[in-house]
Amino acid sequence: MTSATVAVRETTYREAMRDALREALAEDERVFLMGEDVGRYGGCFAVSLGLLEEFGPERVRDTPLSESGFVGAGVGAAIAGMRPIVEIMTVNFSLLALDQILNNAATLQHMSGGQVHVPLVIRMTTGAGRQLAAQHSHSLEGWYAHIPGIKVLAPATLEDARGMLGPALEDPDPVLLFEHGTLYNASGPLAEDAGPVDIQRAVVRRQGRDLTLISYGGSLPKTLAAAETLAADGIEAEVVDLRVLRPLDDATFTESVRRTHRAVVVDEGWRSGSLSAEVSARITEQCFYDLDSPVLRVCSAEVPMPYARHLEEAALPQPEAIVAAARAVVG
Amino acid sequence: MADFTMPSLGADMDAGTLVEWLVREGDTVHRGDPMAVVDTDKSAIEVESFDDGVVERFLVEPGARVAVGTTLASLAPLDDAPTKVPAARSPGAATTPAAGPPARHGHHRRPHTPRAAPPPLRHHAAELGVDLTTLAGSGPDGTVTRADVDRAARASAPSPLPLQRRAEPGAATRPRPRRASPYARRLAAELGVDLASVTEVGGDGAVHAAQVLGAASTAVAPVPPPPPAATSPARVEPPPKPRGTGASRTTIAALMSRAKREIPHYYVATTVDLGPLTEWLRRSNRERGVSERILPAAALLKATALTARDHPELNGFWVDRAFVPGDDVHLGVAVHVRGGALVAPAIHRTADLTLPEVMAALRDLVARARSGRLRRAELADPTLTVTDLGDQGVEEVIGVIYPPQVALLGIGRVVERPWAMDGLIGVRPTVRLTLSGDHRATDGAAGARFLNTLEERLQHPEAL
Amino acid sequence: MTITPEQAREMVARAVRRIVPDADVGSVPDRADLRRTFELDSLDFLSFVELLVKESGVRLDEDDYPDLATVAGCADLLARRSA
Repeated sequence: MTSATVAVRETTYREAMRDALREALAEDERVFLMGEDVGRYGGCFAVSLGLLEEFGPERVRDTPLSESGFVGAGVGAAIAGMRPIVEIMTVNFSLLALDQILNNAATLQHMSGGQVHVPLVIRMTTGAGRQLAAQHSHSLEGWYAHIPGIKVLAPATLEDARGMLGPALEDPDPVLLFEHGTLYNASGPLAEDAGPVDIQRAVVRRQGRDLTLISYGGSLPKTLAAAETLAADGIEAEVVDLRVLRPLDDATFTESVRRTHRAVVVDEGWRSGSLSAEVSARITEQCFYDLDSPVLRVCSAEVPMPYARHLEEAALPQPEAIVAAARAVVG
Repeated sequence: MADFTMPSLGADMDAGTLVEWLVREGDTVHRGDPMAVVDTDKSAIEVESFDDGVVERFLVEPGARVAVGTTLASLAPLDDAPTKVPAARSPGAATTPAAGPPARHGHHRRPHTPRAAPPPLRHHAAELGVDLTTLAGSGPDGTVTRADVDRAARASAPSPLPLQRRAEPGAATRPRPRRASPYARRLAAELGVDLASVTEVGGDGAVHAAQVLGAASTAVAPVPPPPPAATSPARVEPPPKPRGTGASRTTIAALMSRAKREIPHYYVATTVDLGPLTEWLRRSNRERGVSERILPAAALLKATALTARDHPELNGFWVDRAFVPGDDVHLGVAVHVRGGALVAPAIHRTADLTLPEVMAALRDLVARARSGRLRRAELADPTLTVTDLGDQGVEEVIGVIYPPQVALLGIGRVVERPWAMDGLIGVRPTVRLTLSGDHRATDGAAGARFLNTLEERLQHPEAL
Repeated sequence: MTITPEQAREMVARAVRRIVPDADVGSVPDRADLRRTFELDSLDFLSFVELLVKESGVRLDEDDYPDLATVAGCADLLARRSA
């Protein structure tokens, strides 16, 4: 959203996230970044490039290869009054720290009767599409969205990459930020004064009449592409970007479905027990009498992610499948 | 017993070349097993056997090009059980099926564990509910083939005997329950459409909103009263032909009855001086080609659309005891189709179109309405309908609102009337506008304000 | 190139039939009002004029519409304008 009077510059998702980190480090002494290769290497995805030089080794800390250890340290630092940003290289490795995230970070506030808060921010890269094969291509943000006690965010746009970190740091409870690996190079205009964004609402990215396409993160560009294809055939799809996976802003997407009467959910997780199943259930609960067709889902095939590129592409949600599902619900 | 012939592998194929045989004379083949490779001039294709049998004799040699339908090999019928293991291929096998205790060196059936079959075949077997471990394969070395799996699935399928029906009184004539989406049911109830009378269904066999809306919109036009004393009393008139099809007549009757029954209509009317508009149109049409000429009807639509934007309380729907504003102004245009039907499809986002665009949209919409080529969204989306019967000659139209909309604008004929202007009497082209309003959503004051705004806009046609 | 009244009548008939496919223009009296006889609304009449313009090449303005009300009127106007 630009206007003639707002200065805008071309930037990338990666740079926007870096600017957010830089601003957070500069403005609050308690904030520090911790993770594997975030310092000297500049981050596995180059997000923290240059930050070590700018802020020094106390504020940008390289950790050993021990997710359970450094996430636990982050929990401890947060309890002690710091504002750590823990970077787990990818969601795949977060499995090694699942106990720290679920049983400590998410639960200590409850178990301590409110005496202990864990103002921890964990950033993770997620998703597939770069031929990293079965163990390095998971989309588990749906799993994390299942856990009470934490918030889960999925920035898909430059504004969100720039603006979600600040409010996440201000939250007294743990916040997980999922950055889809294919989005880092996404480029576009961003307002010079882009700042904090709301971290509670889903947003309608494209208005439409005939059906609602609901997605988030790395699947959002594919969903928007599918909407363009459908528009050429006179089917106007409304696209909702969830942005916040927990707590889900169901008010926004159910309002949309009540207007369009048809919904397709696009989720890179495996279909069974995925976040899309939760979205679909809420739509059925809240919009049953407005539905003209069953809610369909476009998800990854239920296989360990293949390594060969053509097989990986076949396993992931693609615009063609989204278009086909949309046509099926429109009839 | 069919022999194996050269098949037609494409609409334009009349001959093919046998490239190679994939079986040998004497082999047992089952339906679906690859038999030969055939070149069709476009590509080489593996051809499967269409029958079970034993390959007797090859009648065509590889390399030969033969017409479609030529017998390539003769097949003898299978006389053994399907699970017979081809003894000839197993090394050291007994030549007769084991009748007594199995010979130590005789062929024994290798148990086929799921590991032995390739993943696609395991998936296929799982889909068909076939347990691979129970099968003996007919492929080379006893491997299980896809044909084996298919055969086993067919063998275990329940026989297609007709189910015994309990004799229920009227069971034969009771109609199958019609499936309809929840939204379609709601719409049908709101619009007074009898679901049982909706004959169209969506691709999945269920009734969806589009079919209900289609049934509600196609309608029979009310028969205009015949001109008085047009015929001499002695002439015998043939009875008027009933108009419209059975189903649409029922639904429009239901729709209009419901509208009159449930919507407390109020009416406000005004006579508007159309002089400025007709003058302005004359002048600007002189500069346009005939195909770009703008009719007063289009200008009235544009003015109404802008007015609807000014008065959003009249642009929307009465649903579940509350007013829901439309997301934009999509004016419904009542179109009379020759033969008596009436439809009121929408021009989307009317207020955003330029006047020439409204004219073009109107012409296009009317043409498609008359040839039955309207789009689903056009039937579903009107937020406010305009019925312009000026061409039919009536001076005033007091119309019935199309539920769930909350208003309808009726436009009469342009009539030259005496008009007071600046203290003098003159003659002006005038038109009577009547707004029918749903009193649950708005009251007469709102309707009056709407007409005032519309009148104001019509006095400044250059702003349309 | 002048259009004869006969040719003009043919054009009128063809134009009307494009809009009302089963219209029997031949049986319509010369002075009968076209709009009322064939139930042409303003959009239909505009299409009719468009077709006449295309076929005859003659310029027809909105000011001419009163003269185009009948078959005879159309024939006269087309013949005159093409002379």
